[in-house]
Amino acid sequence: MPTNENGQQPLLEVRDLHVSVGDQEILHGVDLTVNAGEVHAIMGPNGSGKSTLANCLVGKPEYTVTKGQAFYLGESLLGLEPEERARRGVFLAFQYPVELPGVRTWQFLKAAVDALRQQRGEEEMSARDFDRLLRERAKIVQMDQELLRRSVNEGFSGGEKKRNEILQMAVLDPKLALLDETDSGLDIDALRIVADGINKLRRPDNAMVLVTHYQRLLNYITPDHVHVLLDGRIVRSGGPELALELEEKGYEWIREAVDAAT
Amino acid sequence: MTQVLEKYSGYLAQYEELEASWEANRLPWLAQLRGHAWSRFADLGMPTARRGNEKWKYTNVGPIANGSFGHPLGLDPNDYIAPDLIAQAAPWQEEWINLVFLDGRFSSSLSTVSLSNGVYAGGVYAGGLGGIPAEHANVFRQHLGQHALAEEDGFTALNTAFLHDGLFVHVPEGAPAPALLNLVFATTDRHQPRVTYPRVLVVAGPGTQLTLSESYVSLTQEPGFTNAVTEIVLEENSQVRHCRLLLENQQAFHVGTSRVYLAQNSSFNSTSFAKGAALGRSDLHCLLDGPGASCTLNGLYLTTGTQHMDNFINIEHAKPHGTSRLLYKGILDGHSRAVFGGTVLVRKDAQHTNAHQTDKNLLLSEDAEIDSKPSLFIYADDVICGHGATAGHIDAETLFYMRSRGLDLATASRILVQAFAGEIIEKVEPEPLRDYLEKLYSGAVSAPGISLGGTP
Ligand SMILES: Nc1ncnc2c1ncn2[C@@H]1O[C@H](COP(=O)(O)OP(=O)(O)OP(=O)(O)O)[C@@H](O)[C@H]1O
Ligand SMILES: [Mg+2]
Repeated sequence: MPTNENGQQPLLEVRDLHVSVGDQEILHGVDLTVNAGEVHAIMGPNGSGKSTLANCLVGKPEYTVTKGQAFYLGESLLGLEPEERARRGVFLAFQYPVELPGVRTWQFLKAAVDALRQQRGEEEMSARDFDRLLRERAKIVQMDQELLRRSVNEGFSGGEKKRNEILQMAVLDPKLALLDETDSGLDIDALRIVADGINKLRRPDNAMVLVTHYQRLLNYITPDHVHVLLDGRIVRSGGPELALELEEKGYEWIREAVDAAT
Repeated sequence: MTQVLEKYSGYLAQYEELEASWEANRLPWLAQLRGHAWSRFADLGMPTARRGNEKWKYTNVGPIANGSFGHPLGLDPNDYIAPDLIAQAAPWQEEWINLVFLDGRFSSSLSTVSLSNGVYAGGVYAGGLGGIPAEHANVFRQHLGQHALAEEDGFTALNTAFLHDGLFVHVPEGAPAPALLNLVFATTDRHQPRVTYPRVLVVAGPGTQLTLSESYVSLTQEPGFTNAVTEIVLEENSQVRHCRLLLENQQAFHVGTSRVYLAQNSSFNSTSFAKGAALGRSDLHCLLDGPGASCTLNGLYLTTGTQHMDNFINIEHAKPHGTSRLLYKGILDGHSRAVFGGTVLVRKDAQHTNAHQTDKNLLLSEDAEIDSKPSLFIYADDVICGHGATAGHIDAETLFYMRSRGLDLATASRILVQAFAGEIIEKVEPEPLRDYLEKLYSGAVSAPGISLGGTP
C-alpha cells in the first residue's frame, strides 16, 4: 500500500496513467500524488488532457486506461463504477454540467445524499433534515433558493451552472474534489463567491484538484502544488509561483524548455 | 357488402339478438339510429392497414377483425363484484360522482346514485340512458351520434349499432359545476372473450364547467375487445377538463373514439394516459367550431412487451382566434410499438389560429419502435402554427453525470424516466387524480430495462 513521506496514505495516487479515447491515446503517462489537506492546481493549454484526466478518475465510460494505476486511499479506483467512486468520496465539478429537465435539484441531491449515506450504512435522511442541509449549504455559494426549486441546471446561465456544481460539492462533502474549470464563465463577483465557498470547504482531511486556465482563481485559493499538463504529460510541477510564471510567459516557454531538455 | 358481412357474421347474430330484445326498442329514434349504423358497418367493416389508408397506416386491427367475441345480453351489472375492487382498479374518491359500467352495463349498485335518479344540484343530469328526464331528453337526442359519425368509421358504426346502454351527462346553463364525474368501465371474467361498447355523451351547457374522468379497466386477465365512443359537446364559454385512462390488461383490444365539439370561447383540457391493452387505439378529434375556442391535449403512453399503442389525434380549427396545444409523450420498452399520428387542420376561416403539437418519445429498449407523424394542413394565411416530434434513448452523458453523484444506473434511469413523464402528470387536476396517476405511473416504470443510445 503506497504511503507518503509522513507515513500517511495519500488520498490520490496516480501512477504512469495512459488513457485513450477510441484508439487515440490522450494521456501518455501521468503521475500525481495528492495528500489530505492539499490543494493542487493543474494548468495547461486547450486539448492537453486536463478534462480527460479528471473524467477518467471519476470513471467516464469512454475513457480507457491502457496502462498505469490510480489509487484512492490505497484502493484501486479503476475497477470501480462511477457511482462507487462517488460513494467513496470522489467528486468532479464538471467543465460542462449537464441539464436534467424535470429533475428537481432537491430531489436529485436528496437521492445522491441518500446513496452516499447508504454506502456508509446510514439511513436515508429525513426530508426535513435534508431541507435544512440544502438551505445551509446553498448559503456557502450564495445560491438563490429560487434556483433550487427549478430542474437541475435547466435554463441556468453558464455561471449559475458552475455555482450549482460547487453547491453539489458542498452538499455531498467529498474527500477528493476535482474541479474542472469551475472558474470559467464566472463574473468577477461570482468568482469571489465561489472561491470563498471552496475555501470554506477546505479541511485537513480533504483535498482538491483545481483545473484552471487562470491565475485569478489562484489569487483567492492558494494552491500547495501547481502542475503543468502538456500534450498528455505533466511536464512541470512546482509551488504557487509556477502559476504566476506561466501567466507571465505563456505555455510556449514551457514547451521550449521541455523540448530543450529532451 | 355480403363479403364484409360474411366475415362479421358473429356480430350480425349478436346484432339481431339485440334487436329482438325489448331494451333495444325502447326509443324508436334510437332504434333507427342503430339500424343505420349497422348497415353502415356492414358496408365499411373494420379498417385495414394498407397503403393509402393514412388513418390506419401503422396499425393492423387484424387481431380484432379475426377475433371472435361474445356479446351476452342480460349479464347483471349489479351485485356481481365488491365495490372495493373497482376503487382499487380505478381512481376513486367518495366525494366524486362515481359511475360504473360493468361488462358494458350501467351498474347502479356500484355507482353513486343521486337521490332523484341521476339528477344533481342545479339540474345536472348524470346517469344511464334508461331514466333520462324529459327536460334533458331533447339535448340527448339532439347530440347523440351527431359528433361521432357512424358514417365515417367502422368502429363507431359498430359501437352505435350496439348502443343500448351508456352514460349521458348534461350540465344545463346556469348549473353549478358538479363534483368530478368519474366514469369507470370495468370488465370481469364473465363470458370471455367478450366485446363491450361503452358509450358516453357529455353536454356542457353555455358557461358551465365540468371535470370528467373516463377509466377503462380489466378485472380479469382474459382477452376482450372494448369499442368505446365518447362524444363531448362544449357550448359557448363552457370549460371541460377531461382525463382518459386506458388501463386494460395486456391481452385486451381497445379502440376508443372521442369526438369533441367546441363552440365559441369554450375550452377543453384533456389528459390521456395509456398503459394497458395489447392493441390500443385512441382516436381523438377536436372540432373548434366557434371563435376563440381553445383546447389543450396532453398525453402519456407507456408500452412494454409486445404492446401496440396508436394515438390518432386530430384538431380541426374551423373558426378564427382558436388556440390548440398538444403535447403527447411516449415511454417505450421491450418490443413494443407506438404510433402517433394525426393532424392539425386550419380551415380557411380560421384566421389568427395559434396551434402547436409536439410528440416526444423515450425509447428504453433497442427493440421498441415509434412511428410519429404529426402534420399540419393550413388553409388560412394569418396563423401561428408549429409541430415537432422527437424520439431518443436516455442520454449517456446525462446518466454519467447522475452516476458521478452516486446514483446507480437503475435509480438514475428511474429518475430520468419519471421526470420525462412528470411534465404531463403534473398538469393533471384535481389533485387526487394527479396523485393517482403519479402512483400508477411510478409503479409502471419502477424498473425500466434500460439500453443506452450513444454508448460505445
Ligand atoms: N470523448 C472524446 N472523444 C474524442 N476525443 C476526445 C474525447 N475527450 C477528449 N478528447 C480529445 O482529447 C484531447 C484532450 O481533451 P481534454 O478535454 O482532456 O482537454 P482539456 O485539457 O481539458 O482542454 P480544455 O482546456 O479545452 O478544456 C483533445 O484533443 C480532445 O479532442
Ligand atoms: Mg477541459
